[in-house]
Amino acid sequence: MPVLSRRRFLKISSGAVGLTAAGGFAGPNLSELMAAPVPGDEIRTVPTFCDICFWKCGAIAYTKNGQLWKVEGNPEDPLSRGRLCPRGTGGVGAHYDPQRLTAPLLRREKRGQEEWVEVTWDEALGFIAEKMQVIKKTHGPEAMALFSHGIGGTFFKQAFKAYGTPNIAAPSYAQCRGPRDVGFNLTFGEGVSTPERTDIRNAQCLTLIGSHLGENMHNTQVQEFAEAIEKGASIIVVDPRFSIAASKAKYYLPIKPGTDMALLLAWMNVLVNEELYDKPYVEEYGFGFEAFQAEIAPYTPEWAYPKTGITPRMIRDTAREMARYKPASLVHPGRHVTWYGDDAQRSRAIALLNALLGSWGRKGGFWSPVSMDVPGYPHPPYPDSERGKADNPGHKYPFADGALTTGIREATLTGEPYPIKGWFVYATNLMQALPNREETIRAIQGLDLMVVVDVIPSEIAGWADVVLPESIYLERHDDLNVEWFRDPFIALRQPVVESPADQKPNWWMARELAKKLGLGAYFPWNDIHEYLDQRLQAGGYSLADLEQHGIIRGDKQPVFFDEGLVPEFYTPSGKIEFFSLQLQEAGFDPVPKFNPPAEPPPGHFRLLYGRAPMHSFSRTQTNPLLAEMMEENEVWLNADIARRLGFESGQYVRLKNQDGVVSNPIRVKATQRIRGDCVYMVHGFGHTARGLGKAYLKGASDAQLITRYETDPLMGGSGMNVNFVSLELEA
Amino acid sequence: MARFGMVIDTTKCVACMDCVVACKTENEVPEGLCRDWIVQEVKGAFPELQMEIRSERCNHCDNPPCVDCCPTGASHVEPLGLTVQVTGDVCIGCKACLASCPYDARYIHPEGYADKCTFCMHRVVEGLEPACVAVCPTRCMYFGDLDDPNSQVSRLIRSRKGHTLLPEAGTKPRIHFLT
Ligand code: SF4
Ligand code: SF4
Ligand code: SF4
Repeated sequence: MPVLSRRRFLKISSGAVGLTAAGGFAGPNLSELMAAPVPGDEIRTVPTFCDICFWKCGAIAYTKNGQLWKVEGNPEDPLSRGRLCPRGTGGVGAHYDPQRLTAPLLRREKRGQEEWVEVTWDEALGFIAEKMQVIKKTHGPEAMALFSHGIGGTFFKQAFKAYGTPNIAAPSYAQCRGPRDVGFNLTFGEGVSTPERTDIRNAQCLTLIGSHLGENMHNTQVQEFAEAIEKGASIIVVDPRFSIAASKAKYYLPIKPGTDMALLLAWMNVLVNEELYDKPYVEEYGFGFEAFQAEIAPYTPEWAYPKTGITPRMIRDTAREMARYKPASLVHPGRHVTWYGDDAQRSRAIALLNALLGSWGRKGGFWSPVSMDVPGYPHPPYPDSERGKADNPGHKYPFADGALTTGIREATLTGEPYPIKGWFVYATNLMQALPNREETIRAIQGLDLMVVVDVIPSEIAGWADVVLPESIYLERHDDLNVEWFRDPFIALRQPVVESPADQKPNWWMARELAKKLGLGAYFPWNDIHEYLDQRLQAGGYSLADLEQHGIIRGDKQPVFFDEGLVPEFYTPSGKIEFFSLQLQEAGFDPVPKFNPPAEPPPGHFRLLYGRAPMHSFSRTQTNPLLAEMMEENEVWLNADIARRLGFESGQYVRLKNQDGVVSNPIRVKATQRIRGDCVYMVHGFGHTARGLGKAYLKGASDAQLITRYETDPLMGGSGMNVNFVSLELEA
Repeated sequence: MARFGMVIDTTKCVACMDCVVACKTENEVPEGLCRDWIVQEVKGAFPELQMEIRSERCNHCDNPPCVDCCPTGASHVEPLGLTVQVTGDVCIGCKACLASCPYDARYIHPEGYADKCTFCMHRVVEGLEPACVAVCPTRCMYFGDLDDPNSQVSRLIRSRKGHTLLPEAGTKPRIHFLT
């Protein structure tokens, strides 16, 4: 049954609510600006790269009569290959977003009340610098923490390192891909990196575990996924929900949430028992295989069946299918893997499965990223911090190789190992990214300074003392993207149009702030042109060239073993560690083990969340073009359960979690496409910031319901799929 | 004389709606309306499910009832590519075509005329593909001349399984979905 007819679809409800915190920038009529050109129109194109997510796709932006018209992919760019994802195509809407912040704001009332006065840049940055100097004097420079996301944070990182703090963290580590990279690092001596080093386009068998490519719209990954489908690759999808990817699969495994480890162990058991693994590869590169073999011996498909709900036959069939195509058999490591708190070990199990298939370093498996040599801009050495980072005292999480946002929050709350008194937040909505909002709010309430740089008045901006409005990517330069990819290249972000109001680029803010802090020596260039030009010249490239093409590509280098890449594994043994002595010595399982997840209490469902292709996190819901594609999220509930409980598609419900936290109203999607023991929603909705116009209170926020989290003992990641909700009909 | 049509590979489409966004940014599509849209058709019961994902739009039918019923001649078949087009200036907004189209492909533009997908003829005459085809990250859409037996669209229709929408309506739709 078709679910959408054209006229019922794309309805935009009117009735915008709430105050416009930022003084109201009345957006122009989008459809007029986007009209197809007529003869006489002046069309101009500018190459740049996208920033609606962090993937950094090469783009070509078009202006018509001086105004932004559309954005397309840059055919010279290896990431976009001439095509942007829907968010990148809708990037035009970020420029015209009526909810944009327009001027620096200074808090007038209590924190979190979203009441500000507009101030000048000089006043705003002067206020911040003064507070930062007091914090440094009273508590030391380490008492300032920077939270940052994406390439735009480069210059703020530089300013904060110059100021003297090592406390610089991003939720992309402890609340996203950190455990994956730790698990792979423990096994192969290297992480999966970003963009993921997966050779999807050449995979003959592709296994996705919860990874919902197509909904998770990382452009290159999705393009290659479609390429693999076209070439007839065998696809295996493991997911409690019948995802878009599942609809492309030869084998769909509707696993019980939280039991992926049992399935992975059983798969490895079959590959080893039936001697289907890549023996010469394992013999040549493996360490501790016999001990590993003994450890996994008990994990038969029959053992895994009652845990996972996947039949022994299905487990054997899929293991054999993977083996049939080895080494061009890729078990995708996923990206947002912070699920249950044993995520580094689960990721290690995925790494081990790939090792058995011999896919690391092989075509159709994992390539080795290469890059071009562009030196950094020289600057004075950064001061050393005597006290070190505050996020992981005593190396409580011995395998953490990135800074933990939640660790900094903890230090802010407890004052241990030392007090944190100021937060500076760049381009990350911590309210929607960190688990347990209440802890975040308590931490913020104890601060002497809270600054947020954003483009819209997000939830986190609502808690700031000072809000700094940033120019969007189509209005600014950023640092060069000297990408690590299978094809090396350099990409330039450059302005296409001017900012509509008093917004500023991040490099300007960071440099002005540094100057006010007496740290101008760390920014020894007059403007960003000079900075970019010098960097490029030092590498032997030309800014003019890059301005014209957007991309400079480097020479092809070997990225697979059979292309001449020397196999090297940066582990303690110098080999692929099937058995990990360093884990054993630190008191952890040297070979991963299965820990059964807690069961939902009666009447409750496990809360799962994921991505939609037309939104990035919680930052695109006010973009008029993207909001039109999806203006609120829905809660997916198994159709049979819905019928039994009396819920119908389209009805509004509120979700209540195990701790009594109640969500905004959210529509039910009663569907066969999900198991009966869990519910699912797209992340990023349910905004509670009053300045967000039409996005205010639209749909529900998973982050609000994630009051519990399981911390990964290896590396401090936050497992967030451990909350349970019940549904209550909204009157 | 060309007869333009499209082939869309439903096995590659991921329902991302890039084609919808691109159409809106390319053409003058007012807020709340669209010329192309996505259908996800689910069959079966969990976990034995099948799903077909389709990017749909005006089929530029060989037998277009919207043209036959139009009292003013605003809806017509263009000689170029034999596409179905609307001349906005001539249209009186009577909605006869909206009622006659079995695919719900048309809407009334706020300026009062019937509007729908044009196959981006302003791009096609410049040698470009329609915006939806050019943007699609999965490259699942193909545009071309159905009367040319050697065109990619003709070859795909011959070599792959597929179907059109509501063939029983007798409209002879020119968008083919590969399955
Ligand atoms: S994946 Fe999409 S949103 Fe992200 S950078 Fe690429 S085009 Fe932009
Ligand atoms: S852009 Fe392509 S993949 Fe995305 S919905 Fe449209 S047809 Fe499908
Ligand atoms: S799809 Fe509808 S509007 Fe398009 S030609 Fe056919 S009948 Fe006319």
